[in-house]
Amino acid sequence: MRRSVFIAGLAAVPLVLGMGVFGTGRKGSITSAQEKMSTMEVKIDNFSFGPVTLKVPVGTTVTWTNRDDIPHTIVSTDDPKAFKSKVLDTDEKFSSTFSKPGTYPYFCSIHPKMTGKVIVQ
Amino acid sequence: MSDKKKDELLHDHNNDGVNRRGFLKCMAWAGTGAFCVMQGGVLKSYSLSRLLELNTTEANGELSFVQISDSHMGFNKPANPDVAGTLKAAVDKINGLTAVPEFMLHTGDISHLSKPEEFDTVDQILKSAKPKDVFYVPGEHDVLNDDGKQFLERYGKGSKGSGWYSFDKKGTHFIGLVNVMNLKAGGLGTLGHEQLEWMEDDVKHLKHSTPIVVFAHIPLWSVYPEWGWGTDDSAQALAYLKKFGSVTVLNGHIHQTMQKVEGNVTFHTACSTAFPQPQPGKADSPGPMKVPAEQLRSVLGITDVNYVQGQHALAVVDSSLA
Repeated sequence: MRRSVFIAGLAAVPLVLGMGVFGTGRKGSITSAQEKMSTMEVKIDNFSFGPVTLKVPVGTTVTWTNRDDIPHTIVSTDDPKAFKSKVLDTDEKFSSTFSKPGTYPYFCSIHPKMTGKVIVQ
Repeated sequence: MSDKKKDELLHDHNNDGVNRRGFLKCMAWAGTGAFCVMQGGVLKSYSLSRLLELNTTEANGELSFVQISDSHMGFNKPANPDVAGTLKAAVDKINGLTAVPEFMLHTGDISHLSKPEEFDTVDQILKSAKPKDVFYVPGEHDVLNDDGKQFLERYGKGSKGSGWYSFDKKGTHFIGLVNVMNLKAGGLGTLGHEQLEWMEDDVKHLKHSTPIVVFAHIPLWSVYPEWGWGTDDSAQALAYLKKFGSVTVLNGHIHQTMQKVEGNVTFHTACSTAFPQPQPGKADSPGPMKVPAEQLRSVLGITDVNYVQGQHALAVVDSSLA
């Protein structure tokens, strides 16, 4: 009995993973009841934002993930600031939804040489 | 590196360094701190691992103090899972000095994430050090989320602005500067107009023969701007110090020892008590460098500085914790 549960569990893993990939691959399909939404990711590695410039459609939620061993922030350079994260330690995330078209430059306020921008079209 | 001259070590015990231009740097991973001795108006700095080689004449001056830096309390990644242990090791070395230093300077990044318990831990560990006075300047890790409010409450009593101040000890004028606030996108460390004006006024009435020691977190000279290792408006600050015969600048931030002698000014960065960082441009980023556990303590340390009147030279040597 125990064995069969185990096998079933194993079989379920790729299924769940597959759904996960499918779900994010077809952005917005799950939340079709609401207005079309999508998410995009920016990874922080080696003191840099990747991609440095991210182009997204209006309504996109951008999520930054800090994958460095050192904390970083995501702070808009506009005045007033369009967005500002708290300090992100390793593997912590910050999200911001972009509802208006435009160019949104930002930087890490701890390591100001780290800059990036989100272009919303 | 092909340029061997650039990696030359400066172990200058002969007080002949002041007219030597160029980039002399100690790239050996040695010393989280410095033992500093003021002798005759000139500051000398020794790595703790070399203290046994010092004779009493060298170790004794009008004034001696210790510089430690970048404790990053709260950091727990593989580069050093025990930053409290390595800070304690630094304190043990300080307590092992035959002449008890007058005080300690901490050149910032006391904490890793500006958390109260991180500051508490450092305060607790430093209480066991024989020198009782500690003078701090903030690193960027100490002013996260609250624009430095907590730092000022804890360490900034009697300071101006975001935490700058000066004091005198046995004829030497010390200036603690803050260059980690209001950083601008794409830029380096910043002192800002208000602080520069204060500094100009602070040194205006001092005699030219007064030895000056400036300490701040981010280097006040251009170590490697590509990684943000420099301060945008430091030239203005240094211009106010041109009239003085003996100027020493002590910084942290880059987690390695480097030195530069330029005219009357000697620049020196201290190692971290927590983890080493790569040499400029020698890695993809300035992130923590992982070294084998048995080597870690050899790349961490404290810096001692010793000051001698009447000679215009500075020697800085860092000692490792090993």
